[in-house]
Amino acid sequence: MTQSSSGRIETRNTTCYMCACRCGIRVTLKDGEIRYIEGNPDHPINKGVICAKGASGIMKQHSPARLTKPLRRKPGSERGANEFEAISWDEAFALLEERLAKIRATDPKKFALFTGRDQMQALTGLFAKQFGTPNYAAHGGFCSVNMAAGMIYTIGGSFWEFGGPDLDRAKLFVMIGTAEDHHSNPLKIAISKFKRNGGKFISVNPVRTGYSAIADEWVPIKPGTDGALFLALIHVLIKQGLYDRDFLVNYTNSAQLVNMDRNSSEYGMFVRAEVPVEEGCFDPQNKLWWDRHAGKAVVTHTAGVDPFLRGEFTLPDGTPVKPAFQLLVERVKDYTPEWASAITGIPVETITRLANEMGVTARDQKIELPIAWTDIWGKDHEVVTGNPVAFHAMRGLAAHSNGFHTIRALSILMSVLGTIDRPGGFRHKAPFPRPIPPCAKTPKGPEGVRPGKPLDGMALGWPADPDDLFVEPDGTPVRIDKAFSWEYPLSVHGLMHNVITNAWRGDPYPIDTLLIFMANMAWNSTMNTVEVRKMLNDKDENGEFKIPFVVVCDAFQSEMVSYADLVLPDTTYLERHDVMSMLDRPISEFDGPVDSVRIPVVPPKGECKPFQEVLIELGSRLKLPAFVDTRGQRKFKNYPDFIINYEIEPGAGIGFLAGWRGKGGEKFMKGEPNPNQWEMYAKNNCVYHHELPKSFQYMRNWNKGYLEWAQRHRLTRYAEPILIHIYSDVLQQFRLAAQGKTQGKQPPQHLRKRIETYFDPLPFYYEPLEGQLTDKRKYPLNAVTQRPMAMYHSWDSQNAWLRQIHTHNYLFVNPKTAATQGIADGDWVWVESPWGKVRGMCRYSEATEPGTVWTWNAIGKQPGAWNLEPRANEARKGFLLNHLISEELPRQPEGEHLSNSDPVTGQAGWYDVRVRLYKADAAEDKLSWPRFEELKPVPGAPPRKQNWLAYVAGKIMGS
Amino acid sequence: MHPAFSVIFLTTLIGTGQGLFLALCTAQVYATIGLLPAQPKIFYVAGSAIALALLVAGLIASFFHLGHPERAWRSAARWRTSWLSREVIVLPALMGAVAAYGLVHHYGWDLSLIGIDTAIEGDLALVIGAAGALLAFLLFLCTGMIYACIKFLQEWATWLTVVNYTLFGLASGFLLATAYAAYWDAPALMYFYGAWAMATTLTVLVTRVASLIRNRRLKHRSSIQTAIGVRHARIVQKSQGFMGGSFNTREFFHGATRRLYRSIKWIFLVLVFPVPLALLFAGMVQSNALLIGAAFVVQYLGLLAERWFFFAQANHPQNLYYQTIS
Amino acid sequence: MSQLALVIDLNVCVGCHACVTSCKEWNTSGAAGYMSDDRPYGEDPTGTFFNRVQTFEVGEFPNTETVHFPKSCLHCEDPPCVPVCPTGASYKRPEDGIVLVDYDKCIGCKYCSWACPYGVREIDEHQKVMKKCTLCVDRIYDTTLPEAERKPACVLACPTSARLFGDVHDPDSQVSIAISENGGYALMPEWGTKPANHYLPRRKTRIKIHPDELVRADNPLKKEGVQPKPDFREPSLDDVTSW
Ligand SMILES: Nc1nc2c(c(=O)[nH]1)N[C@H]1C(S)=C(S)[C@@H](COP(=O)(O)OP(=O)(O)OC[C@H]3O[C@@H](n4cnc5c(=O)[nH]c(N)nc54)[C@H](O)[C@@H]3O)O[C@H]1N2
Ligand SMILES: Nc1nc2c(c(=O)[nH]1)N[C@H]1C(S)=C(S)[C@@H](COP(=O)(O)OP(=O)(O)OC[C@H]3O[C@@H](n4cnc5c(=O)[nH]c(N)nc54)[C@H](O)[C@@H]3O)O[C@H]1N2
Ligand code: SF4
Ligand code: SF4
Ligand code: SF4
Ligand code: SF4
Ligand code: SF4
Ligand SMILES: [Mo]
Repeated sequence: MTQSSSGRIETRNTTCYMCACRCGIRVTLKDGEIRYIEGNPDHPINKGVICAKGASGIMKQHSPARLTKPLRRKPGSERGANEFEAISWDEAFALLEERLAKIRATDPKKFALFTGRDQMQALTGLFAKQFGTPNYAAHGGFCSVNMAAGMIYTIGGSFWEFGGPDLDRAKLFVMIGTAEDHHSNPLKIAISKFKRNGGKFISVNPVRTGYSAIADEWVPIKPGTDGALFLALIHVLIKQGLYDRDFLVNYTNSAQLVNMDRNSSEYGMFVRAEVPVEEGCFDPQNKLWWDRHAGKAVVTHTAGVDPFLRGEFTLPDGTPVKPAFQLLVERVKDYTPEWASAITGIPVETITRLANEMGVTARDQKIELPIAWTDIWGKDHEVVTGNPVAFHAMRGLAAHSNGFHTIRALSILMSVLGTIDRPGGFRHKAPFPRPIPPCAKTPKGPEGVRPGKPLDGMALGWPADPDDLFVEPDGTPVRIDKAFSWEYPLSVHGLMHNVITNAWRGDPYPIDTLLIFMANMAWNSTMNTVEVRKMLNDKDENGEFKIPFVVVCDAFQSEMVSYADLVLPDTTYLERHDVMSMLDRPISEFDGPVDSVRIPVVPPKGECKPFQEVLIELGSRLKLPAFVDTRGQRKFKNYPDFIINYEIEPGAGIGFLAGWRGKGGEKFMKGEPNPNQWEMYAKNNCVYHHELPKSFQYMRNWNKGYLEWAQRHRLTRYAEPILIHIYSDVLQQFRLAAQGKTQGKQPPQHLRKRIETYFDPLPFYYEPLEGQLTDKRKYPLNAVTQRPMAMYHSWDSQNAWLRQIHTHNYLFVNPKTAATQGIADGDWVWVESPWGKVRGMCRYSEATEPGTVWTWNAIGKQPGAWNLEPRANEARKGFLLNHLISEELPRQPEGEHLSNSDPVTGQAGWYDVRVRLYKADAAEDKLSWPRFEELKPVPGAPPRKQNWLAYVAGKIMGS
Repeated sequence: MHPAFSVIFLTTLIGTGQGLFLALCTAQVYATIGLLPAQPKIFYVAGSAIALALLVAGLIASFFHLGHPERAWRSAARWRTSWLSREVIVLPALMGAVAAYGLVHHYGWDLSLIGIDTAIEGDLALVIGAAGALLAFLLFLCTGMIYACIKFLQEWATWLTVVNYTLFGLASGFLLATAYAAYWDAPALMYFYGAWAMATTLTVLVTRVASLIRNRRLKHRSSIQTAIGVRHARIVQKSQGFMGGSFNTREFFHGATRRLYRSIKWIFLVLVFPVPLALLFAGMVQSNALLIGAAFVVQYLGLLAERWFFFAQANHPQNLYYQTIS
Repeated sequence: MSQLALVIDLNVCVGCHACVTSCKEWNTSGAAGYMSDDRPYGEDPTGTFFNRVQTFEVGEFPNTETVHFPKSCLHCEDPPCVPVCPTGASYKRPEDGIVLVDYDKCIGCKYCSWACPYGVREIDEHQKVMKKCTLCVDRIYDTTLPEAERKPACVLACPTSARLFGDVHDPDSQVSIAISENGGYALMPEWGTKPANHYLPRRKTRIKIHPDELVRADNPLKKEGVQPKPDFREPSLDDVTSW
């Protein structure tokens, strides 16, 4: 049987969502049923390829774990018992409307909306803001906010979904702490092309699997110590003079003079000249250089001036000053390879050699592209040049409580090598670069939260100084997750991982309704899982739930669903409209902005309803301004209609989709709504790709053409240079506040020391907080997880094909490490941290650094969850490391309930946990531990094939 | 390899059937030239019936091995290249011969039917017997070669496999024949068969032990290095790509514990050789059909164990690819 | 006579399993289908796959290589699995060398699987016939597909393009060139099966830096009035001689 030989065949393009990579897919339907899902060859992201998950979409579509009806917890039943009764959508909406209306009219912050691996933060964020609650965030806080914050506060862009390595032109590629990445397929495509072009690929990772497997050199490192490595690399590069001086001078703040007068309230801040300053959201260009020739201070970027990068000088008024770079030199002086070697476990020679390879490749293999461009200071350049050393890093750096400074160090390393938004180095993706920091701000205090009114500001923002913090007058947090408070001032993605604990404890205050969208917070996305599950079901002395009302919108029967009072069954990605919006995280390429959409290829199953429709319905019922007209009437027929007609401000011409705006679809980014916008996307592979002129594609932090273009198209408000913050006066301001040297907001006493320590304007190495607080003789090992390429978090155990690849998980241990405990390959072992213990099976691995143990993430499942049979391996042999990881640090002077997170950004410190390993007693059951009660299927669950199953183009055989 | 009971029964049952039939023919030949007393025709008729029954039982067992028994007829197609196909042709042919042999004895037909007159009593039976004997040996060859011809199943790829198949068949067949003769209390024949049974059993003891020793010494030509084409002393599989098992893990591994595996070897060595020989000897001196019958039963059980071990011991190179899950 | 085959480049294969599930996805509804799964949601789920990706560790820490190793029928030029088949269900196509099973003839005796040293044949436990990689014979000649897509599903899927497809008898084909230029090899050559599929080994890129490349006339340190100089702690004559 070939595709054509029988049945009505049609193909439809849409966007995959078996993971967050958002590849274009082509779905072939046979008589309306899915025959085949393949990569769309004309899609910029995946160029026709697909991954193991994407190619298994059929089994997700037909999963017995699908939710098909709105569900209400049976009266009197416990949360977690999974006892539900099916209700109608009318009932569900009525229930929500009444409850939410009351909250909004009284105290909007008592409604909290948190979302997981979704890609619709533009809409969920809008809904929260319109509702008026500050208690909104997506998964970023427990995902990789360190990556975003660490890099955006330094170079105005970041890895993750905001930028990446230009492997087309790089000669040396260093990948750090990456197992699979968000950019799954594109990264694979790029790495293999890179290798075939003869580039050298180095992977820094305690474990060698996946990408690292094909690295030309594997550099095993002790978890949490990369900061030390980067600082030592910078040390060598500076010592050898292997840095790109021209780049540092012109495009970073390296040469800017820092006030060194200890008694001044401006100590450690850049000295500013008296020049007219126009209103901007970030620091104006009024800093000083020290002219090497004239031997005096001049305004930066004065034509013809070549400043010193090093030295100490005194201003006419007697102020002692140093160029920022000099401070960096002093900072890394003692960060020698010998020092780093002891911490990272990487041989001294290796560290020095790596630095030399980077430095020499960057210096001697310069790329020169015949592309003329003009910098923001008006200087014309004949060519675009680049240094072909590219980096990529992800959660191996981010998921540590020292991640922010580690990633600052990496960004500075990349800048010292002169590789920012240049060919062969790091490249931005629109709408990046952003000003440092980006302009979005939260309200500055409780007054921003007003009954019956939208939030006065964004729920998430980018503090530029202490006054931007979102705190009560006494300095305590306004947000339930304590984001933007003195505990985690730059928690730009919130702290989803602390929401349940805080709400349960009523600290800073109790809430009423918690709406969780697309997050398995009762399982794999929660730290301290066992306790958090108790909190979700915990009642006060009057027998009332401590978290009064829990709503979960999910598409499948996850562990979290069982804790809901109300379950909203979502559609799958093949059943709904979606947008990958410029207002969120578009799929932009290096060469210009790209956004994309999903268009349904099959009808929704049962009573499933897209969450988008739910929000629009609720928004209309609650009469949230954005969703109703002046007469309070519902404004949008449905989500597709909303996407076409919604504008960020009436008449602004900016909406969720940037492509084909304007009456006839002739405009990009800004233009009146286009009734045929969806059709245009449908006709064009569901993608709008705006390729920038070549001269706008590089050096965008300082590229006049680009910045003005971005300003014209309202990607940004200001066409100002975005100088790289080698030295961060933003951080210094917080430190000054902590030292009591500023007028504005100051941290509460108990946090002054913490702020002063961690808000260092230059990166420094410190051991992850949990390590500092743990007895490392008792818990000698680091425990981390990795993403399996063929599984997406908790989603895919329901997938009959994928679960055959990862049916349960093992703990991978270096044989020498295992031997010290007399553990044999395949033995049942206990992994124990100060917070809990887990039993699972051990698998020897020579590809694992001896001080590290690891396992595949999120394979273990609760019995019966995901409508798997209770005997499924996932539930009997599979395990989660989450039980070992605490969401809070042990009580300490800085606070009783500090989050187990980065003190700067609130990034969850997943990979900080320390463990010990010992053999399980032969008499113990051969079952993973902890054990959980079995979940029964929920009403409306599709039948589950017990014995066998075979799929043929929509027909499902078996019994 | 995974020992499939269908195949274990197939090979042991038809082996015995072949042996028994050969015993009958030999008896008739010897009788014809007067070296042994003649037997009543019922002796041959019933004997052939038993032999046939064994062959049929074997055939039936074999069907359980097939995914599509209803298509079994197709398997005659490739006799030019496939020993399996050849076996599939020879087995029915032999059955035919055995049946004919019995019938001819029953109706006392002889060559005069087709106008040839030999003075020899039962000449037609002799001719069919001869043809049948040929087929029986051919069948031993086919069955043996099915296993011996797969060169990378090194434990099997030896002439010993064919020899053992043949001798085990003869031994069990003649042993059964001895009991059979004792039952008809034909002492001379009993001693004759008994002698043959002992002789074959002792020779196969030698050849089977020889194959055991050979297999112990065997160097496997495939290694994890040749399997994945990486030259390094230390290569360990971490994952075979799936965790819940597959055809490749079910069909090619015996799945028994080391202890069971070893004990089965000793079980068959004891049950096939010393015990039956002793019983047989005792039975012959007391010309006690029951004892000899017991000897046969014991040896047959032993053969089942021997066949199990024969499969279990064979180490398929594909197993190199299916060592570890994770 | 042409011989179609896959060439798998272990130098770029990251072990993502895309080829595994895309193979299943295409073929379960295709000519070689269906491909059943037992206990799909229960204990020890197991099913029919034509292609598996395995992982091996070579060497000892820290000198460990992790090798991802995809394996499907190698379409041997001298396939031992074919002559042993009693029904002729297993056959090798003269025109393109693809080894196939005719499901209508197959009696499910499994003998061919015994005769394959590579463990790539799988009986479908419910269709009860022997199955294996078909090189997507129902794609590669399908003229209703665009030229560029007349390739095996796994080849189109592979994100690292580690899977090359073509005629290994045509010396100018991409696959033949890949084999000859990159030391392509066959599995278990000792059995003389002449697998048509080949594997390309790991190839390493290294960077050599001469000490004198580290310091240069235009060293930026000079502009800061600093000279790149060795750490004064490094040993020198002064430590050992006094004239
Ligand atoms: N197939 C698949 N793809 C996914 C996902 C999935 O679940 N499945 N999840 C998506 C999501 S939400 C995210 S956030 C991304 C995450 O993408 P990744 O960051 O690639 O995912 P992780 O598995 O967290 O990878 C962490 C890596 O860092 C290493 N590591 C741990 N600690 C350290 C350290 O201290 N130093 C160094 N150098 N390395 C360290 C680990 O060994 C591991 O290889 O993946 C996305 N893509
Ligand atoms: N130990 C450990 N824990 C970790 C990590 C780690 O590396 N180690 N990684 C962390 C990271 S980076 C992240 S991002 C989180 C991810 O964790 P989560 O954000 O919880 O993401 P998932 O578990 O992938 O999926 C959450 C829910 O989304 C549901 N879902 C899937 N598709 C749809 C849909 O179309 N609509 C709706 N409404 N729901 C859908 C799934 O059924 C599932 O219940 O895990 C974190 N947890
Ligand atoms: S990487 Fe795979 S799962 Fe993720 S979007 Fe692309 S094809 Fe889908
Ligand atoms: S798809 Fe390609 S990279 Fe992935 S496992 Fe298969 S061959 Fe390797
Ligand atoms: S790999 Fe096995 S199945 Fe494929 S042709 Fe060769 S021998 Fe036959
Ligand atoms: S299983 Fe089918 S293909 Fe294999 S040998 Fe038997 S009949 Fe031939
Ligand atoms: S060629 Fe086709 S059948 Fe063979 S492995 Fe690839 S996808 Fe599967
Ligand atoms: Mo994440």
